[in-house]
This record gives sequence, structure tokens and C-alpha cells, in this order.
Amino acid sequence: MTQIDPLERGIVLRVAGPLITARLPGAVMGSQAAVGRDGIVGEIIRLDDEVATFQMYETTELVRPGDPVTSSGQLLSVELGPGLLGQVFDGIQRPLKAIREETGVRIRRGMLLPALGRERQWPFVPGLDVGTRISGGEILGTIQETELLEHRVLVPPDLDGELIDIVPPGDYTVDSVVARVRRNGTVHPLHLFHRWPVRLERPSGERYLPHVPLITGQRVLDMLFPLAKGGAAAVPGPFGAGKTIVQHQVARWCDAQVIVFVGCGERGNEMVDLLEQFEALTDPHTSRPLLERSVLIANTSNMPVTAREASIYTGITVSEYFRDQGYHVALIVDSTSRWAEALREVAGRLEELPAEEGYPAYLGSQLAAFYERAGHVRTLGGDDGSVTAIGSVSPPGGDFSEPVTRHSESVVGTFWALSKPLADARHYPAIDWEDSFSGYAERISEWWEEEFREHWSAARASMLRLLQESSHESQLLEHWSALPRGALGLLREADELKRIASIIGPAALSDRQRWTYFVAGLVKEGFLQQNALDPVDTFCSPEKQMLLGALIIGAYHRGQQLIARGVPCAALLKLSSLRRLKSARTAVPNDRPDLLERLREDLDQQLTEAADAHASVHADQ
Amino acid sequence: MSEIEWRNTLDFGGNLITVRGARGIGFDEQAEITAGDAATRLGQTLATSDTEVVVQVFEGTRGLTRESAAVRFLGRVPDMVVSEALLGRVFDGLGRPRDGGPPILGHRREPLRGVPINPVAREYPREFIQTGISSIDLLNSLVRGQKLPIFTGSGLPHQRLLSQILRQARLLEASAPFAVIFVAMGISHTDARFFHDAFRDEGVMERVSMFLNLADDPTMACLAAPRAGLTAAEHLAFEQDYHVLVILTDMTNYATALREIATARDEVPARKGYPGYLYSDLAEIYERAGRVQGRGGSITLIPVVTLPNGDITHPVPDLTGYITEGQLVLSRDLHSRGVVPPVDVLPSLSRLMKDGIGPTHTRDDHANLANQLYAAYAEGRRIRDLATVVGEADLAGVDKLYLKFADAFEERFIAQGSSEERSVLQSLELGWSLLELLPVDELSRVTEEQISTYGRRPRQEQEHDG
Ligand SMILES: Nc1ncnc2c1ncn2[C@@H]1O[C@H](COP(=O)(O)OP(=O)(O)O)[C@@H](O)[C@H]1O
Ligand SMILES: [Mg+2]
Repeated sequence: MTQIDPLERGIVLRVAGPLITARLPGAVMGSQAAVGRDGIVGEIIRLDDEVATFQMYETTELVRPGDPVTSSGQLLSVELGPGLLGQVFDGIQRPLKAIREETGVRIRRGMLLPALGRERQWPFVPGLDVGTRISGGEILGTIQETELLEHRVLVPPDLDGELIDIVPPGDYTVDSVVARVRRNGTVHPLHLFHRWPVRLERPSGERYLPHVPLITGQRVLDMLFPLAKGGAAAVPGPFGAGKTIVQHQVARWCDAQVIVFVGCGERGNEMVDLLEQFEALTDPHTSRPLLERSVLIANTSNMPVTAREASIYTGITVSEYFRDQGYHVALIVDSTSRWAEALREVAGRLEELPAEEGYPAYLGSQLAAFYERAGHVRTLGGDDGSVTAIGSVSPPGGDFSEPVTRHSESVVGTFWALSKPLADARHYPAIDWEDSFSGYAERISEWWEEEFREHWSAARASMLRLLQESSHESQLLEHWSALPRGALGLLREADELKRIASIIGPAALSDRQRWTYFVAGLVKEGFLQQNALDPVDTFCSPEKQMLLGALIIGAYHRGQQLIARGVPCAALLKLSSLRRLKSARTAVPNDRPDLLERLREDLDQQLTEAADAHASVHADQ
Repeated sequence: MSEIEWRNTLDFGGNLITVRGARGIGFDEQAEITAGDAATRLGQTLATSDTEVVVQVFEGTRGLTRESAAVRFLGRVPDMVVSEALLGRVFDGLGRPRDGGPPILGHRREPLRGVPINPVAREYPREFIQTGISSIDLLNSLVRGQKLPIFTGSGLPHQRLLSQILRQARLLEASAPFAVIFVAMGISHTDARFFHDAFRDEGVMERVSMFLNLADDPTMACLAAPRAGLTAAEHLAFEQDYHVLVILTDMTNYATALREIATARDEVPARKGYPGYLYSDLAEIYERAGRVQGRGGSITLIPVVTLPNGDITHPVPDLTGYITEGQLVLSRDLHSRGVVPPVDVLPSLSRLMKDGIGPTHTRDDHANLANQLYAAYAEGRRIRDLATVVGEADLAGVDKLYLKFADAFEERFIAQGSSEERSVLQSLELGWSLLELLPVDELSRVTEEQISTYGRRPRQEQEHDG
């Protein structure tokens, strides 16, 4: 949120709900305004000669015709600079922690505190020399904002020229002038922060096709329906299916460097929960709280609905700002449906012609434009940065054919569809393997094969051993993508078998089919299900994911071979190591791959014994 | 406050009065409408411009005439006086006494609509409330400050369940000051009477405050009733440190009233004729539950939602479920099989359970045991469906056990007498004893240690038996 220097003045003509019309000569479409004695904030969304219509971001109670209106002519903007991390803002970037200090537990309106505190001094280290020609997006200097993140102070994207002045290293407040730039004879002062209009995408250099996975530590996501850095994902599901938990889990565990979480029209307690988790959970490398890499935007369901509409743009603009510093950012929005509803509400009050279910006809294009702002880019400063966007969708009645789900599905690359039957059976995360998809799997498999193993010597060692010892598994591991495909095929087959079983009875299944059915159960219970509340299971390292997956798929193929040789399925189902395999996800910590290795040996041995026992019975006969 | 009375320039339509020529009136401003000797009506401005003001009248405009009616604007939003004196009294939907008693006096007026809690000022709810009901305590635990609706159907015994909760909930411990706010929307006199008598019989009436907008009361006031009740609750919880339990019954009637008014205003409907802002409107009510930092009290909210035609995807239960922190779902099927209370635990959920249970609140095995019971019951139900197709005789051995488990679970665990109070420890024991019906190998959600500590005989013995 930006404070207003009035340029234009006018008076209120009419107030109806969050919409106010005012006579305001010289008004600029999209600009910010302050209305009434409290100076409540709004944005001009319609302009008709001298009459402007505002959508107000605060309640309009007791605003009267005749009340004063002022506007700065500035588009609705956010402040970008040090001091964002660890903060909780509302939908138009008002600092909620500072507001709490000022007004107590309730949000009084008209609180115009700057988003970035003006008192705090930041240790700025200049990075450019006087006389350099600089251009927009370049790094002017750095600030170690938190132990988790170095803040790179950027030249505003729309400015270039000659650096005629820069301060020495030292402590500065965000609004101190730290440098000056001359362009075409005009001198522009630069501060530690700049403003950017939320509805305008920040410019960047080349856009890459997303090709690096965003590791979430959630098995079903990483292995079956992966998301790439710079990609976009939608998480649709009826209430209680687990959308928020999936998003919280990604926020807690994913390997992005900055997390921007937008609580858009959802529960207040969930924001507190996330905040507390971010305070309590620490980064494994630095032991610093995750809050130091996070920005929260909370426009909960009971806060003004118009600010909810703005909140996702505030979120993505803040995300782009960190991307422009050369970071990988995960932007998480819970829920985009509430944004769409806010859009619908305003459209309805403007008496625009509704399309489907009362939504305005431009719903689809606005949603597409929003997700389009995600991407993996070369920044203007020449670095590598990305914004990955993950939005939940709350379809009415859980019906995926409704407009928001459908439009989202057509623009995102990854679709994590949550299923009510799975959630009701407490199969969490309730990701439906039939309706979900990932368009990134192909491109990121290379990354798993090449880069990942290099960095993970321990994983590599145990994986190589696995590779050498079991030719079948080596084929699986050679192509990471083969593993999820194997698991998916198995699940599909099991679903089919379940259908058959329910018609002709389970006793009619052949041994081979029963084994498939059993292992599919193992895949579901021992691999796909992941308990967010279990201290071990909540995060699964990529190494553990690979080992566990390979173990199950390996056991499956071994079992199939044995059954083909006549070993009865019942003999296999008795094996105690299969039971251990089922609970390995919770029983084996991430840093003990050796335990999985041992489990694999035991399983091998038991399978061999089963085969031998069978052979000797036959030999006796 | 303006002393001007507007008369003669009024147009009437439905619940609306248009006051032509009125100027300088605030949006949402409270209005008083008088007409001769008739009782004063209350209204609020819906739209205000420099030429006219549209006022929505809570009691409707029936009986008003251009000659007699006069409108006065009060310079403040619809509000009510709050104080501890609200307890022990019965009010109408707008917070005016309906029990013949004196008006509530005091200086503190609070807006009915409330002011949003700053999310960073919330305290995450964590304190387990023992209701003495197994299906709630063990599987869908309620915590102080939670909003947990009951999804019911016509003819299902939600009243009985509610009164059992009211009677047994440890929220009502004498040591902590507690209060109950009961808000009735569009229910019958008989139903309202049921609760009134229940409070009286328990001898807690002086800690209860009732806000009644019954089926034959004006529709518009139905919209104010939950807000008035919650304004009272907020004062008691966050200014006077009471633990307040708020019951809102029935939210489906509330939503019907909202739809009726929106339709009369020619608003564009979203689903099933309900206005697009139904979600925000419900959230404005439900989100007033909770705890806030630095205050001792809490607001625990139990709305009752009747599912129209038993349809959980209907907009009212659907949007409610999207806002509340779980739901308790009553099932017609269980009810018809004599299982009382007929709580169907599979679609039921308590989202705040995770932090309200465990070693510091209940017991260390609580979460796992609950998961195990859920999983086993879900499997039992699946097999019960299967059995209707293939016949019970054709089921595999272990499947038959699951079937037995599901039956026993419903008969012994879910079903519970209306005065049978089970401590959470008793419910835990009961859960473990039911698991004995299943082979130990099937218990993948509880740990070996938990099985040996709380469960049956150790695994070895079992295997030797088998
Ligand atoms: N991975 C998980 N592990 C454990 N419990 C889960 C998991 N996912 C969901 N749940 C359970 O489901 C409930 C609802 O999840 P939530 O994410 O709030 O649903 P939604 O946002 O779709 O309404 C949670 O409160 C929790 O009890
Ligand atoms: Mg959610």
C-alpha cells in the first residue's frame, strides 16, 4: 500500500456497498483514492467523464454523499524493498502486525500505515560505482535482510541512466536516498524501495520453459504429478479434501527460496497456523525460522471482499520482485475461487452482463493473465529467477465442471485434483490419480537424472548399489519418469480389478491379479498416502522417495515373476517384510537410507525363501 | 444524529423505503421508522446519493402509509447495547427484549455486523472440549473457539445431540465462567421451546441469552439475529473473559431469508437463486468465532444446517463447510437403523482436532487410533456395499471381519444413550476393544508400541493362536 499525495479532489455522489461514485475531475483510471473523513482506500474502476466509480478496499459504513475524495493519480501499487520478509499484509499490503499495535485486535478502517516500516535501518552495501550506466532491474546493492535471504536492492525496472551518486556502506532507512541517476538531463533519486502497480507484470528478460522441478517433499506430488519451478498448478477440491494442507505442506517444505502465501478469502485461524509453523520450523541449513524467507498476505473471508480481489495481484507482484532479485519464489494462493467471487461481486454491482454462474465474461482471461505471470526467467539483472504459482480452487459442491475449475485447468501445467471419496477414507493427500496431471514431467525428468544425483553422493551410492544388483530396478531408475508411470499403471489396473471384483467377487481373481491388487494397496498406503502431521512422514526427501518407490515397484515385479513360476500369491502376502514396507514411510527417517537398504535385502531374502519353499514342495511331489 | 424527520417524500416497495430529497445520509446508517402509534421499526440504508436514500426496513413496510410514516436517521450503524446483563434474557433478532423485561441499559454500543478480527491477533484454538460423546471426542474433537456445524436433515435428531452437548460439554465447567448464546432463525415456537425448557431444566438459564427470530417473525430481522447474538458473544468472550458457546439454528432458514431479499432486489443470482455473496455473508458470521490474543474468553460456534433434500452439495452446507472448521454430519441411513446419535463419521471432520488432542490434551495414541478407526470403518463400509452385490457368503475371510467391525462400530461406538457420558479415556478404550475384531496385521495406522500398550495381547501370542 502506498500513501496518497492528493493531486485531484472531489466529492462523493453515491454510496452503495463497496462501490462509491464521486465527481472527480482529472481522475486517472485505475488510480488510488482516499474517501471520507477516515480516508478509506479505493481504486477507480470506471470513469465516465468527471464521474469516477471506486471499488473501496474498506467498509463504506457511514460514508455520505458530499464527503471529500482525493486521488493521487497513482495506480494501485505496492512498496517493494527490505522489510517484506516475515510480514503479514492485507490484500492491499497494509501491514497487519503494525496495525495490531495501533488498533488492537480488530482492524479499524482508515489505517494508512506504510507497508515497509520507515524507522528501521538496513545495512546497505552498494554494489555499483558512480559513473556506471545502469538500467532497470540491475542490482544497486545488497542488504542481508535475514539470515536466510540477502535482499538485492533493485533499480526500478522502468529507469535507466547514469549513476551520478551512491552512498557508502552503512545503515539506511527504506526511504533514504541512496543513489541518484541522471536520465535525459533529469535526476532521479533512488531509495531502498520502489513502488510498482500491482496489476502490471514486472518486466523480465528471456522466459525459459520450466525444466527444474520444484521439490515439495510430498511423494505423490514429486513423483507422480511434479511441478516445475516457474510453472503453474491448480489444486481443486471440495471442502475438507485437503487443499489447504497440500498448500501449507508445499509452503513449509518446498525448495523455493522465498514463499509468498496469499490467504485469499479463507480462514483467519489458518493464517495463524501457518504463521506459527513458519516461526517454529527452521531451515535445515541455517536453523533460522522459515518466516525469514516468507511473506504472508492475509485477506481472510471476513475482511473486505474487494481487497480480496486485489490480494492475488499484491501477492504476485511481491513474488516477481523477489524473482527479479534472482530467487526462486513459490506463490501460493488459497483460494482463487474466492478471488473469482470477489470479481463476480463487483461485476454484479456494476451491472455488467453475467456469463456463466454470474461470473463476468472476462473471468477466464483474467485467470489466464494471472497464471501467465508465473515463469522461469532471465532477470533484467541477468540472473536466474522464477515464480511458481499454485492456486487452490474451491468448486461449489465439488463440481469440477464449474467455470473457475475449468478455466484453471486449461491454463495450468499441473493439476492436483483432490477427491472427496479418498479424503473421506482418510487417504491423504487425496490426490486423485485419474483426474490429476502434470505437463512438466517430461522436461524435468532430465534434471532428476543429471543434476540431482551429482549433488547427492549418499543417495547416489545407495542407488548405484541398487542399480547394479537388480537389473530390473536399474531400468526403472535409469528413467525417473518410468517410476511414476509404473505406479500409475499399477493403480489403473487395480481400479479396474476392483471393478471386476465388485461384479464377480474377489475370489474370482487370479493370483497374478490378487498380487497386483495387493501391491497397488501397498502403493497407496505405503507410498501415496503421506501424513502431514507425522514428524517423519511430513517431509520425504527425494532420495527416500526414489528408494521407497523403487522398492515397491521392484517387489511387485519380483512377485509377478514368482507367481508366473507357480508360487502362490498367499505365500507372498505372508512375508513380514511387506508389512514393514507398508510402514516404512513413517518408520524410516529421511537420513537413514541404510534402513531402506536393509529392508530391501530382507525382502529379497524372504522372496527367495518363498520361491525355494515352493520349489522344494514341488520337487518332493 | 440528525433530528430531521423525513415524511411525505417516501416510496415503499417490499422491505424498502426510498426517501427522496434526503441528503448527507451515511451508507449503512441506522434508521427509525415511526407510523402513528405503531411500534417503531428499524432500518438501515442500502444506498445513499445526493438525491435519495434507500432504506431497508427490518420489519418490512407492510401497514405503512405515506401520510403516517416518518423516517429518522440515527447517525450510526445498526448496533446494540452490550453488557453482562444480556445473560438470562430473551431478545428478538435485532436484540430488543422479547421476554417482557426491561431494556438493557449501558453505554457500550457495538455494531451488529462486527469488526473483522485482525488475523495476526488471533490465538490458534487448542483446548480440547470433552463432550462425552465418542463420535465427537475421539474422531471429530471439538476445541474451544472452533466453529463446527451440525449438518442434519429434517426429522433427524440434531436437537437431541445439541442438548447432549450442552449438558455434557466440559465447557460448562463451573470453574470457568461460561455463557450460551442461542440464536433461532426461522424455527418453530415448539423447537424454540424445546431449548428454552432444556436450559431451564439444567438450571443454566441465567447464563443463557436467546435471540429468537421465529418462523412467523419478519424475514429481514432473520439476517440481523445471528449478528446480534455474536455481538453479545464477542462482548462476553473478549471483554468479560467468558467461554461462550453460540448455537445458530437453522442457517438454512437464514440463507433462505437472504435469498428472498436478494431476489426482491433483482440481484443477479449465482447458484440455486442464492446471491453470489452468500459465501462472504456467511463468513462474516462464522469467522466471528475464535480466540484472540490476550483475552481469556472464547467463542465456540455450532451452527445447525439442514441439508435441503439431504444434499450436502447444496449451496448452504457447501459454503458453510468451506468456512467452518469441519462438520458433524448426521445420516438418515444410520438413523433409520436405530443408531443414535446418527453421526456419520466418514464425511464428518474436525479440522482443529490435530492440535487439540495428543499427550498434553488427551492421550498419545489418540490421533493414530482415530485414523485407524476411520480407515477400518471406511473399509468396512466399502465391503458392506460390495456384499450387497456379491453376497456376504462370497466375501474373503478378512473382508467378513471388516463387515463385523463396521456393524459393531456403529452399534457400540457411534450409538450412545442421550444421557450416557463417556470420558475421552473410555472412548479410547472402546475404540481399542473394537479393533480386536480385526487381525493385528490389518492395523497399519497404529504403532506396535501402541498396540502393545493400549491394545490387545501382544502380537506373538496372537500369531501363535492363529
Ligand atoms: N496430508 C494430510 N495428512 C493428514 N491430514 C490431512 C492431510 N491432508 C488433509 N488432512 C486432513 O483433512 C482436513 C482438511 O484439510 P484442508 O486442507 O483444510 O481441506 P480443504 O482446504 O480442502 O478444505 C485437515 O484438517 C486434516 O485433518
Ligand atoms: Mg482450505
